[in-house]
Amino acid sequence: MHDTAHAHVGQHAAPTSFIRKHVFSLDHKVIGKQYYGLALAAVLIGMFLSWLMRLHLGWTNLAIPGLHLLTKNGAPGDVMTPEFYLQLMTMHATIMVFFVLTTAPFAAFGNYFLPIQVGAEDMPFPHFNMMSFWVTFVAFLVLMSSFFVSDGPTLGGWTQYAPLSAVGQVGGPGEGAGVVLWALSIAIFCVGQLLGSLNFITTTLDMRTRGMSLWRLPLSAWGWFITSVMGLTAFAVLMPACILLILDHVAGTSFFVPANTVINDQMQPHSGGSTLLWQHLFWFFGHPEVYIAIVPGMGIVSHVLITNMRKPMLSHRVLVYAMGALAVLSYMVYGHHMFVSGMNPVSSLVFSFPTLVITIPSTIVVLIWMGSLYGAKLRINSASLFALGFISMFIAGGVSGFFLAQPSIDIMLHATYFVVGHFHLVMGVAAMFGIFAGTYFWFPKMYGRMMNETLGKIHFWCSFVGAYAIFMPFHYLGLAGNVRRYQAFAPEYMQHLIPLHKFITIAALFTGAAQLIFVYNLFVSRYKGEPARDNPWQGTSLEWSTPTTPPPHNNFGDKLPVVYHDPFQYGVESSTGDYVMQTSPEKAGPDDEA
Amino acid sequence: MSTTTPGEITMPMPAPAPSSLMEKPAFSVPAKKMAMWLFIIADTATFAGCLVAYGFLRNATPNWPRPFHSITNLAVMTFILLTSSLTMLNGVRAARAGNKAGALRWTLITAALGIAFALLHIREWMALIDEGMTLLKNPWGTGLFGASFYSITGLHLTHVTGGVIALIVVGLRYKGGRYNADDLEVLGLYWHFVDLVWMFVVPFVYLLNLAH
Repeated sequence: MHDTAHAHVGQHAAPTSFIRKHVFSLDHKVIGKQYYGLALAAVLIGMFLSWLMRLHLGWTNLAIPGLHLLTKNGAPGDVMTPEFYLQLMTMHATIMVFFVLTTAPFAAFGNYFLPIQVGAEDMPFPHFNMMSFWVTFVAFLVLMSSFFVSDGPTLGGWTQYAPLSAVGQVGGPGEGAGVVLWALSIAIFCVGQLLGSLNFITTTLDMRTRGMSLWRLPLSAWGWFITSVMGLTAFAVLMPACILLILDHVAGTSFFVPANTVINDQMQPHSGGSTLLWQHLFWFFGHPEVYIAIVPGMGIVSHVLITNMRKPMLSHRVLVYAMGALAVLSYMVYGHHMFVSGMNPVSSLVFSFPTLVITIPSTIVVLIWMGSLYGAKLRINSASLFALGFISMFIAGGVSGFFLAQPSIDIMLHATYFVVGHFHLVMGVAAMFGIFAGTYFWFPKMYGRMMNETLGKIHFWCSFVGAYAIFMPFHYLGLAGNVRRYQAFAPEYMQHLIPLHKFITIAALFTGAAQLIFVYNLFVSRYKGEPARDNPWQGTSLEWSTPTTPPPHNNFGDKLPVVYHDPFQYGVESSTGDYVMQTSPEKAGPDDEA
Repeated sequence: MSTTTPGEITMPMPAPAPSSLMEKPAFSVPAKKMAMWLFIIADTATFAGCLVAYGFLRNATPNWPRPFHSITNLAVMTFILLTSSLTMLNGVRAARAGNKAGALRWTLITAALGIAFALLHIREWMALIDEGMTLLKNPWGTGLFGASFYSITGLHLTHVTGGVIALIVVGLRYKGGRYNADDLEVLGLYWHFVDLVWMFVVPFVYLLNLAH
């Protein structure tokens, strides 16, 4: 099939002009790098916003020099107003969730490496692929543009709960044009994700080279494939939700605003809608989104670990099944975000059960990693350290999930820093560590140069210690009753928590500064790094058998590779040492399914 | 393979390793067709989201109006759309048989039926607007009725409009040789989906709101 029926799909000649090469490129590798660049810009902006918020939380009424430049009336005398704090928080979350955690591990690495790992020249629809990046880029610009409208970006939180998000200007600063731009940006983002998912799924199912059966795909490819299946339907539900929200705003409909709603002493001219409806539609997307952020990281980490352990996972198949189970269950658990929404308590119980069930595949994934690591002679390098860090963060953040899954406990903890600590560890920092592991691991293939290992290890230890120093105290704050989304802690029972907030702020400044080491390493290694060999980590999967590094325009030169083995033939005796590449016809170990 | 029963016709063996180790591709569906199926899955989620939202609101609202008295127009529209699926099938069949002129003719008939559906739909909208039903209010009950009616049928009408344009473009380019019978079949999948999803819109949005 692959060399006859539609081998022409996805083929295109190497571009010659600068614009077709670097800007409107059809090459999945360039598009992957573009996504990475977008994510890098977004993460720096998002991190900067979190610094501003942390400074304000540690030292309320602190004047931050130059703050007034970011906002028209959100910082009189460079002191942040409560509204501006919430605007920064909303933008921090939206930027991080959509434009970093979705974009980098899935769209950036997936675009670059999925076609190579399945042995294809490109994705089947290169024009869709190009559009998916540029649509995402436009979505980012639309979101950023809300900083420049009259009263700034929306302050409604990344969840944009109705009715405040649906009533317009009266809801507060940024609830007018800010919300419309936010919803428009996210709706556009959904289109980009749809185009990307179409390409990822067809690439995995249809573009595999000779011999590349599904079970011979490396775990990173499985991660991207499973994620794209989630992305296909989750974003398809968010998009109409955003359009209905825009209709409520612009046309004055009442999908999300009930009758007799009084906001800021004004009776709203709406009737009939339901605030819960928005939450249902949003979280039906929102919970799969959590797994969209983390499953590619699981795949990347598994891939990095296998290569550095020099032995296969305890079970390749169970790991894949567990990631698939996460994807399926992710649609059934979304109601656990709504335990305190006023939803029927019976529904809470119904959603609590699958939420506890979803810990089973998560635990299986972690146990397979731990069991495989047991007794392995792990090579310690920046990539494998970040992979270990990913596991650590995933466990630390995941354990608090057990508590939050029970409605009776969640009612207490729901709107506190406990939840903030939970999701920052389990999906925020863990997914970031997945991105870092992938970067240190694949940078040599992407740019033909090695990253600096010393700087990488310094970056790891600063990030690892720093992330725990920031987010572990969040759990304590939450248990002590510190409410989230407050810009200052005036009530007496919160006063004694302020020193801890100061500590967290210092930790955040330190950890954020450590990320600049990474950025420095990235740019300096790009131009001055030690030249990389074709297969610096002695990996087996197809990206390490490209004829040149970085791979040529059509990935494999004149001839597509033929695959003979599973991607985990490590610890075997062979002519190359202790591993057999997927493309090598020689006999491999006893567990080789071939 | 090795256990061949006597009398069984043995297929010529493929070349030895590695191809004997190869799994036969489980999904030998051309990429374009698969992408269309995937799009249909995503679009189903979009329509399902809208219909679930509609059901949620309808259940939660006590004065939900039931203003429709006649289903004549609806029946004609539905009949036209269902017929257009049949003509689409004929077009694809003609294309498969290599009958270019026939395929173009059936495709354009399908597009014409789509246009007829859209015109009847717009006429219905105009009549409802004349009766005072807008996005915000209507004479019979909650304003949400109009908002959800126009959103869902509008989403569907957008699909029909896009489909009609695609039918004309792909039909003509198929005749011109730029597209082949497979492409026409893929577009046919989309058109049947637009038809099928209408069969969900009709009971939920129209029949449930018929006056007693």
